[in-house]
Amino acid sequence: MNTPILEMRNITKEFPGVKALNNVSFQVVEGEIHCLVGENGAGKSTLMKILSGVYPFGTYTGDIVFGGDVQTFLSIRDSEKAGVAIIYQELALVPEMTVYENIFLGHEISNGPMVDWNETIKRAGEMLAKVKLDVNPEAKVKELGVGKQQLVEIAKALSKDVKLLILDEPTSALNEDDCENLFDLLRDLKNHGVTCVLISHKLKEVIALADTVTVLRDGQAICTLDASKGEVSESALIKNMVGREIENIYPKRDHKISEEIVLEIKNWNGYSPLLGRSILKDININVKKGEIVGFAGLMGSGRTELALSIFGNPDGYRLSGEIFVSGARKQFNHPQDAIRSGIAYVTEDRKGDGLILIQDVKQNITLANLTEISKRFVVNRNAEVNVANDYKSSLNIKTPDVEQRVVNLSGGNQQKVSVAKWLFVRPNLLILDEPTRGIDVGAKFEIYTIMNKLVEQGMSIIMISSELPEILGMSDRVYIISSGRVSGELPIAEATQEKIMELATN
Amino acid sequence: MSFVRDLQKVLRQNIREYGMFIALFIIMAIFTVTTDGLFISSRNISNLINQTGYVAVLAVGMTLVIVIRHIDLSVGFLAGFLGAVAAIAMVFWHLPVFAAIALVLGFGVLAGLLTAFLVAQMRIPAFVATLAGWLGYRGALLLATVSTGTIIIPDQTFNDIGNGFIPDIPGINILPDIHKLTLVLGLIAIVIFIINSINGRRKKQAYNFEVLPANIFIIQLVFVSAVIGAITWVLAGYRGLSWTAVIVLVVTLIYDFMTNQTVLGRHIYAIGGNPEAAELSGISVKKITYVVFGSMGMLSALSGVLFASRLQSATTTAGTLFELDAIAAAFIGGVSPAGGVGKVMGSLIGALVMTSLTSGMNLMGIDISLQYIVRAAVLVSAVIFDVTTRSSGK
Repeated sequence: MNTPILEMRNITKEFPGVKALNNVSFQVVEGEIHCLVGENGAGKSTLMKILSGVYPFGTYTGDIVFGGDVQTFLSIRDSEKAGVAIIYQELALVPEMTVYENIFLGHEISNGPMVDWNETIKRAGEMLAKVKLDVNPEAKVKELGVGKQQLVEIAKALSKDVKLLILDEPTSALNEDDCENLFDLLRDLKNHGVTCVLISHKLKEVIALADTVTVLRDGQAICTLDASKGEVSESALIKNMVGREIENIYPKRDHKISEEIVLEIKNWNGYSPLLGRSILKDININVKKGEIVGFAGLMGSGRTELALSIFGNPDGYRLSGEIFVSGARKQFNHPQDAIRSGIAYVTEDRKGDGLILIQDVKQNITLANLTEISKRFVVNRNAEVNVANDYKSSLNIKTPDVEQRVVNLSGGNQQKVSVAKWLFVRPNLLILDEPTRGIDVGAKFEIYTIMNKLVEQGMSIIMISSELPEILGMSDRVYIISSGRVSGELPIAEATQEKIMELATN
Repeated sequence: MSFVRDLQKVLRQNIREYGMFIALFIIMAIFTVTTDGLFISSRNISNLINQTGYVAVLAVGMTLVIVIRHIDLSVGFLAGFLGAVAAIAMVFWHLPVFAAIALVLGFGVLAGLLTAFLVAQMRIPAFVATLAGWLGYRGALLLATVSTGTIIIPDQTFNDIGNGFIPDIPGINILPDIHKLTLVLGLIAIVIFIINSINGRRKKQAYNFEVLPANIFIIQLVFVSAVIGAITWVLAGYRGLSWTAVIVLVVTLIYDFMTNQTVLGRHIYAIGGNPEAAELSGISVKKITYVVFGSMGMLSALSGVLFASRLQSATTTAGTLFELDAIAAAFIGGVSPAGGVGKVMGSLIGALVMTSLTSGMNLMGIDISLQYIVRAAVLVSAVIFDVTTRSSGK
């Protein structure tokens, strides 16, 4: 066995009122891919922030031994100098700058006081070749897709002579192709001696990639599993992460779908003036009462655009075609019109355009339906607290009280607040866009259970998801969307991952 | 012992809300000492409130503008220009006072809607759109006064708005040097405050919510009542409540109620917190932008009326730098430059802090150059206090 490149010994980190890490020891062997898994709030990000110097030496107890020496990182700069690079879920690139400027941002190649741009471009090209990214180094980062941006980030890390590369949820915004690319690259880097720590919620990719897996739960290291000894399996991981066995992560339900059509879209076309191209083409779909309809497809295939075009068209697409809600023809000019017709939309980006992070739980929950708790435009704030408390208990939102600001909640609980907000408008049709992105297994199960309860009560759900197992596990019927078209429709009995992938990529 | 702990807890949780009041109190106390009590004299306080009036109403409107992540630089010269229009309407067009005031308030709303059109419809950054307004209204003010220069306003009713006081109850001879009606109004305010507080507490209890422990609740009632009482007593010692004070109080109370209690207020803060999320929640960001800038325009007109009335004339430089005073007052009062956070009441206190500094330093005979530097220091410390307490608060 190789020598450990990194050893974190007995790390304890406390925040006011919480012990985020309790005596955690963590060892990474040189040249391996080491996955760090655990539910949200288990302490993975905290541990990596200590390693990278975001939480400086002295704010935690315990030792970090990296490359044989005890390290006292005071800032990210220190850890980078030692050869640790971390790539966060939210990419840290400057969209308006070019690829080469981004790669060498913060450690520019200079010739005296002047930046040597020719050398920079040349070296950037070499870095891009290393990550097998075929783009012009002079392109602006904003012109690249998320997958390519991720590779630019990795190129940036490689340009700093990284010895240990940490990736925090790298695939949460990637489609299957980009994921595969990334995995190939990571294996390739491994062969070139770069050690990699991968934080992930997606157990499939953990199983595919990891040499070793460390499971954290509630701020403690639960176990370290070795793939070469066959210890890494989905059930083993889940068992250790949640501390209980989940037999089926997609809960069962009775399918009671009526023939009543809640939403029907006919000959639906959309053009985005912003992008200058057609984004939706000849779409004909319907949703029945009590049904969960899955929208599968690759990232950028037009699923979210379709949902937004139905939900009052806030991005100003030029639309043609017809919408029928429970048989009646409708025209929505603003999300407000859609809400009034009983449609709700839980956005895929809960932090960006879903929640108001600086406001508290109750204000977020009631925002879309303030009139229900108001009399002559005056909000009854006592009634508001009651409403929020009802949802807090019915959706099991983990927060000390409803006056807590949403920014302080974990991802899964933020998602529940999002869902609560839209349940409070009492919709007939709930559109969920990537409802379980970036949340842990336990919270996923809870979201699925809530969905099942809702359709049993007669609500209809459109679920947009990039995770095929989720589409297969939850939907009654699947529309596959590809390049702005509905490329296929499958009843759940006939749907398989292979069939969906084939339709999504043609 | 638990009483002290409760009190500490309440103070710590509300330090941001009380911070402004405490700062104002400390500033007033310092000036009272350094001027041998001259600062706190009834006459000076009364004067100070009248001087604050025209900036205070602007600060109230500016609070909402900054909360929805915009800024309005045009309000100063808009106020100056509309003050001149009011003067022209009375002097040259011979409109009755209240018709003239209604006319300029209407113009103010229109000017605000024009800004909103540029910002919400044409998507021009508010900084640029209102900088254009700053130039344009300055030109308009010069144009309006070009033939006459300063326009003297002879109308007594109009001039009383900025200089006059509410009448006293006639025919009562007790307390000859005290303004009785002001005292009565102060008492009524205290009674209304106490009844409101008790009702609010009862309602909360009816919902089974946690309320303040009874002893702390009573201390709060007594303290606030004492403050209202003290202010009333000081004002009653001179000539009572001025009309300016009445107008500012009414405007602040209406806006405070609107922002804290109504659906409109919620929508404004939601847009400030996250405009995309607000739009997707069915709130029309455009509509609210029109409302906020429209209200800002109306308050600019009111500010212009207050200032013209105070000077009893419309001058060619009226409104100069009002916008920056209003913005500074809002920031001192705890409005966040990032949007979504800020209280109308805080901005009013911020405006009072600014005028208190000027008034106190004038009384002490401090040179104007130093005055600016002191005000700069206070502005910066207020925002530092705000930023540091915000990160620790929930």
